[in-house]
Amino acid sequence: MNIYLPIAEISVNVFLLLGMGGAVGFLSGLFGVGGGFLMTPLLIFIGVPPAVAVATEANQIMAASVSGVLAHWRRGNVDFRMGGVLLFGGTLGSISGVWLFTLLRGLGQLDLVISLCYVVLLGVVGTLMFVESSRALFRRRRQIDVRRKLHQHHWMHGLPLKMRFRKSKLYISALLPILIGFVVGILAAIMGVGGGFIMVPAMIYLLGMPTSVVVGTSLFQIIFVTGTVTFLQATENQTVDAILALILLTGGVIGAQIGTRVGTRLRGEQLRILLAVLVLAVCGKLAYDLVVTPSDIFILGAPGEL
Amino acid sequence: MKLKRILLALAFFALAMPSAAQNPLIADLSEHQIQITTGFTGTQVLLFGTVEPDSDVVVVVRGPEEDTVVWRKARFAGIWVNDQRIVFRRVPSFFAVRSSAPLEEIASDTIRARHGMGANFLRLRPVEQTVSDTELAEFKAGLIRNKQREGLFASSDERINFLGGQLFRTRLFFPANVPTGFYDVEVFMLKDGRVEHAQTTPLIVSKAGLGADVFYFAHGYSAFYGLLAIVLAAAAGALAAFIFRKA
Repeated sequence: MNIYLPIAEISVNVFLLLGMGGAVGFLSGLFGVGGGFLMTPLLIFIGVPPAVAVATEANQIMAASVSGVLAHWRRGNVDFRMGGVLLFGGTLGSISGVWLFTLLRGLGQLDLVISLCYVVLLGVVGTLMFVESSRALFRRRRQIDVRRKLHQHHWMHGLPLKMRFRKSKLYISALLPILIGFVVGILAAIMGVGGGFIMVPAMIYLLGMPTSVVVGTSLFQIIFVTGTVTFLQATENQTVDAILALILLTGGVIGAQIGTRVGTRLRGEQLRILLAVLVLAVCGKLAYDLVVTPSDIFILGAPGEL
Repeated sequence: MKLKRILLALAFFALAMPSAAQNPLIADLSEHQIQITTGFTGTQVLLFGTVEPDSDVVVVVRGPEEDTVVWRKARFAGIWVNDQRIVFRRVPSFFAVRSSAPLEEIASDTIRARHGMGANFLRLRPVEQTVSDTELAEFKAGLIRNKQREGLFASSDERINFLGGQLFRTRLFFPANVPTGFYDVEVFMLKDGRVEHAQTTPLIVSKAGLGADVFYFAHGYSAFYGLLAIVLAAAAGALAAFIFRKA
């Protein structure tokens, strides 16, 4: 059964979309990742214009994050103060990101930049994940426990604008979370990702936040950043396909529930290696498409270029 | 039902034949409006009519014109990037030609160029010419190839069929990605290589149903659309959390 997507302006099989939503949702439930970084390239592979894929994914991730944050909120795992500061940076980042997106679109270089960003990001994340999980798999038995110091003093503690974050038990400069939020906001606008896979490690290793509040707080900030991106993309570029987002969402919600249940019964390291291989495969396909000699060196410009 | 109507019309034309002397070319479409609904996967429209005996028929379908950007890629540091672009003015977004015999046998190049019978005979002019004539020709060929790949410049070998020498019919195909707007369907009657009569029939392609509403809402009221998209996402997320609360 085909459906004509009004904004993407292509006709796609509904079950393919539901299946994609389900599969990516399953993975996100299994691994606790957002899945935007897999869904956007998949949408591009099936022929959705990259501009529409990115903006629509922002919309879908928002919904996924809302459903995720509610559970964390109930358990009190959201640092709203930290979330607010991240969000301030995130809003600035998403405004700049959408502006950059429109600029690149006008120059005809948007698709290239989206692909390049994905190749770099998926390459780095996939490699790190692969190395980390294969190491963990080998060292399962002989675990050496290195105690970290409770408080380490770096350069970042010398920055101005210090704020107290009670829930995260931190007294640090607001500039660093603002910067992290800013970078993630740009990524959300250009790549159609929530940015959790960058923000979560940044919060743990750069800010030193307790792991218990990291996921909830990052989801909280992602809701608002993807919401801002959705709004700006809709007004600036008219590239948000709400119908596509709803179909992906339906598949995604169901897939995520199954994924979460399956995930509790399987071993983490092997799963993470699988995810790493998957991420690297998507990265490889995108890189190959950039490097391989195209069948036709002439292509038509996208609408919005004039 | 539709077929019956067409057959009736054909019968009418056949009966009216003796008086067709004043009106040597009559043609019509089975439909004048194509609606892109949610389940749209492309469609076909039947073109039919009558001409005088021993004539040839050429049909040219043109979609709404739009300025079109063509990029030539080049390799930088191993990566293929969009390098140089040319904007062509008023390119038909959709283009198809049908004829009762191979075009090169029916009409001279002059005639074909005058009436745009064939993609290679379209007048494609750049907004400003920044490259040499030979390069411009490559860009033009690239434009046509891309349009053909998208199925928008139809390169079908299907012919216009004659029934009894005067009645003709052919099916025109419109793919799922057919652009919206006003189309012109031009029917030419040729005799010995000269265009004796021509008739233009309009065809409208428009979005309809839910998809159309979403599209016009998104473009006409983009701020409201953006807000609605946010509210929908939040509601869907909350609903999902509520349904799977126990898990």
